[in-house]
Amino acid sequence: MIHLTINGLGVSVEEGATLLEAAQSVGFPIPTLCHMEGLSPYGACRLCVVEVGEGARARLVSSCTYPAQEELVVRTASARVLRARRMVIELHLASCPQSKTIQDLASALGVRQQRFRQEQESCILCGRCVRMCAEQMMAGAIGFRGRGQSRSVGTPFDQPSDACRLCGGCLYVCPACELRCTYTEPEKAVCGGCANLQPPCVENGRFDQMMCYMDPCVACEIAAQRR
Amino acid sequence: MDTMRGDTIGADAPDVAAIAAAHRGSRAALIAILREVQAARGYLPEDALRAVARHTGRSLVDVYAVASFYHSFSLKPRGRHTVCACLGTACHVRGGQQVVEALSRELGVRAGETTPDGEFTLETANCLGACALGPVVVVDGRYFAKVNPGKVRRILSQARSGVAAPEAADGERALVTEAVCPECGRPLLDAARPIDGYPSLQVSAQCNGWRGRARISCVDGVLDGAPENAAALERVRLFCPHCSAGLNDLLRCGECGVPTVSVLAGDGALVQMCGCGEQRVRRAEVEGAGARREIAQLS
Ligand code: SF4
Ligand code: FES
Ligand code: FES
Ligand SMILES: [Zn+2]
Ligand SMILES: [Zn+2]
Repeated sequence: MIHLTINGLGVSVEEGATLLEAAQSVGFPIPTLCHMEGLSPYGACRLCVVEVGEGARARLVSSCTYPAQEELVVRTASARVLRARRMVIELHLASCPQSKTIQDLASALGVRQQRFRQEQESCILCGRCVRMCAEQMMAGAIGFRGRGQSRSVGTPFDQPSDACRLCGGCLYVCPACELRCTYTEPEKAVCGGCANLQPPCVENGRFDQMMCYMDPCVACEIAAQRR
Repeated sequence: MDTMRGDTIGADAPDVAAIAAAHRGSRAALIAILREVQAARGYLPEDALRAVARHTGRSLVDVYAVASFYHSFSLKPRGRHTVCACLGTACHVRGGQQVVEALSRELGVRAGETTPDGEFTLETANCLGACALGPVVVVDGRYFAKVNPGKVRRILSQARSGVAAPEAADGERALVTEAVCPECGRPLLDAARPIDGYPSLQVSAQCNGWRGRARISCVDGVLDGAPENAAALERVRLFCPHCSAGLNDLLRCGECGVPTVSVLAGDGALVQMCGCGEQRVRRAEVEGAGARREIAQLS
């Protein structure tokens, strides 16, 4: 067992537990985005930051990947942590304003403004779908491609993958397209999927570019049948 | 190792099979395998990536992720000559962007592309490790310092007629036969005052409060004329004797860890000099022609 202090409270956890698990075990909430139970920790979104250490040596780490250590002092909601989280989610919100998940997180963290230029990124590179595909579906059909600005998620060579069984797991876990816009004709423009008062799809045209690695896309077919 | 040339390869990619077999199909050797495949084929075509995945037991998407991540792997055929312009901070502030634009105007392709005639691939890099010489352009392993848009055409025509690749390969020792101040362009080599029979490098040096003229041996990089404790270039700041521009690099010596001085040798090789006696050619980390050569030598 490892003994650490979270927000002044002594906590004991199993060896190998992460700070996120330790905090959750005693009920301290930490918002997460790229983290998902059943998938390996990835540490991409940085939303789960917490402060470890004391005084001048205190620093921010991502709790979903940071292993609990003996006598570690952790703060999950210091002013510094909250400031960092708000900045992180504001940036995510700017790149993917149509995501209900991100909107909710931003609102819960008290973000009331949008200082960065909005983009209609269909992917925030959280890697959930990639891990889902490889770790739970044992398919490995999609993955990250390229680096930096041109990094994207998809199949090799942008071709339909032999390894894909059209399970739809990637869509299911995606925080950017889970409530994808299903609009196909202008008169049906407001599908409500994004729960936006001003649906971005009306301004930005059809969300063809909403990622979907399946050909044909199961979610779209289902949505079409429902209409 | 025995690898076949690109053109005669069948669907089951026996060349890739041979390379993978030499690494025993190891998962950990993926990068090494990809490098060798690229050396053999010139680039990484789709069938080769599929074969690598098959022979290493990885999913295609893993192999593709690695191949598309590293700058040094190319998924498209490459030109006979690689032109790489630096857009690192130091080169950028001295007009690297204009150099890239001039190159791309001259060649009619954008950075990352290859001319339709297969002659040139234009690339950019985020620092080639010769900041004091910027803006830097490297053509097939040969460095061009202080490039401006006006020099671009000449560099390209030189490349077309074949720039002689630097005589020494990456990591080999080299003799500096020509060196100018990257700032003012005046010569740093002084033939009139040779050390060990070769012209020496004239510099101003500063070390622990001492400041004065010194000379660096072009044979072993040892600083001459400075106090005893400065002989190893360690903690010594070096300046151009004409214009006082700093000559120390951001680069450190691979042997002793001390910041080095980079100068161009006569044949366009970038030489890193260090007082510990290390004097090595540094090749730009641009793959393509240069890297192909380098790999060819390894195998
Ligand atoms: S497609 Fe969705 S789940 Fe996959 S990385 Fe992008 S945002 Fe995350
Ligand atoms: S949840 Fe920890 S970095 Fe995304
Ligand atoms: S910035 Fe161009 S060589 Fe360093
Ligand atoms: Zn000078
Ligand atoms: Zn050295």
